Amino acid sequence: MAGRVYVIGAGATKIGEHWDKSLRELAVEALLAAVKDAGISKREIEALYVGNMMSGQLQGQEHLGALVATWAGIPGVAACKVEAACASGGVAFHQAYLAVASGLYDCVAVVGVEKMTDALPSDVTAALATAEDQEYVVFTGASFVGLNALLYRLYLEKYGVKQENVASFAVHCHKMAVANPYAQFRRAVSLEEVMSSPLIADPIRLLECAPVGDGAAALILCSEGFLKRNPRDEIVEVTGSSVATDVLSVHERKDPLDAAAFRRAVEAAMRMSRVEVNDIDVLEVHDAFTILGVLSLEVTGFAPKGEGSRLVVEGELEPGGKIPTNTLGGLKARGHPVGATGVYQILDVVLQLRGKAGPNQVSEAEIGMAQNFGGVAGTVAVNVLKRVR
Amino acid sequence: MVWAESVPRVWRERVRKYRLIGGRCPSCGNVTYPHRLVCPFCGYEGLEPIELPRRGKVVTFTVIRHPPRGFEGREPYVIAIVELENGARILAQLTDVRPDEVRVGMEVEGVFRKFREQSSSGIIEYGIKFRPVI
Repeated sequence: MAGRVYVIGAGATKIGEHWDKSLRELAVEALLAAVKDAGISKREIEALYVGNMMSGQLQGQEHLGALVATWAGIPGVAACKVEAACASGGVAFHQAYLAVASGLYDCVAVVGVEKMTDALPSDVTAALATAEDQEYVVFTGASFVGLNALLYRLYLEKYGVKQENVASFAVHCHKMAVANPYAQFRRAVSLEEVMSSPLIADPIRLLECAPVGDGAAALILCSEGFLKRNPRDEIVEVTGSSVATDVLSVHERKDPLDAAAFRRAVEAAMRMSRVEVNDIDVLEVHDAFTILGVLSLEVTGFAPKGEGSRLVVEGELEPGGKIPTNTLGGLKARGHPVGATGVYQILDVVLQLRGKAGPNQVSEAEIGMAQNFGGVAGTVAVNVLKRVR
Repeated sequence: MVWAESVPRVWRERVRKYRLIGGRCPSCGNVTYPHRLVCPFCGYEGLEPIELPRRGKVVTFTVIRHPPRGFEGREPYVIAIVELENGARILAQLTDVRPDEVRVGMEVEGVFRKFREQSSSGIIEYGIKFRPVI
């Protein structure tokens, strides 16, 4: 029987082009902010999981567990890097959850971090593409955006949906990010701006893609016993945490739009949490590209297939709507520092459940879900959190 | 270097890439490219190598306008999922065609082409690209 697990601390850096800060400095800044928020001593931390995808390629730096522990002044803790492409953060959180749920540790930290602006754009493009099969897929010249574009075209053709409707997801995210002090882009964009932005990989346009940025987010997880010894007011429990994988390459999947790993991970996390889809008050979806945001709404069960974009267009993703989604900007506008993203998503859910989400607060938010994709949903991490009264 | 500059890797992959060798699963019947030991769908160990047909149809495609390292200067080029005549699917670059001419359902055939060079003095990588059937 798994023990209960709580999130008691959350901290993050602003996402953006941090020319003056290194990967390790970003990670430490977020970690120390989370420790401070938890109101504990960092000496209480027994294990550290660092979610990161590309440090080996963009910084030539691996061994982030010991590196971040050293720079944070907690050498001695059990520490390692967790890598699962863009799902690195969500999977690192899952590992932290397991570490506490198992009963082995009482207090664990997870830090997601990515430093992307150290490298040239073509190198970042190539590094992101390592999420796919290098020898038989990337060998063809496919970029990561391009692989998602293959899905996008299939979707538009299969359901006869207008691209404008899917692209509206970006407009929604930018609108939400205006209120988020951590966000990379705190400004609204119009649908016309999105649809007239340059093509990156047809039909995907520039403003349908999450941006390149630097950032780190951290959370402190603890056991029931630890919480009793260190009581605090706003308590959030992790009620469900799951990770699933799919056949890696999109072209090998029977139906590329099926999202098998995603379905499995969502079902498992909801079963663990004993919640139904309609119990979810706030949702964080992995909108690295607008099409993924729309698909997520459908696969999770908020809209029939082919009709997810209707929720976006009708304003149902805003606070007060049917399912408030990406209320602090999502990947598109809050930002997508790849290995940090999964942790930022959970942090945004925690802020909502604590009632600290600012102007975009969802009233009486009790249950939140964060969905984090690696590759073209080759790995999916889903975490469900609940406010404890 | 983001993609491995490696002569042994190119040598190791030459048969599967040059001759389009896929794997047929005697247990579930699925055909996958490239050939490997274990079926990704049913887990059966012992896929049979088969040479795949070189004709197929475009299932979906995109135009790469911002290429990863190693493909700079070749953009725009087309990447597609091609369903071959026996049902196997392959991710491929299309060649001998303008991006605006490509359509879903277009019939294509495999041809031997150069892919990229591992630096100016490095080994040249080849494989199969697909072009419209005339």
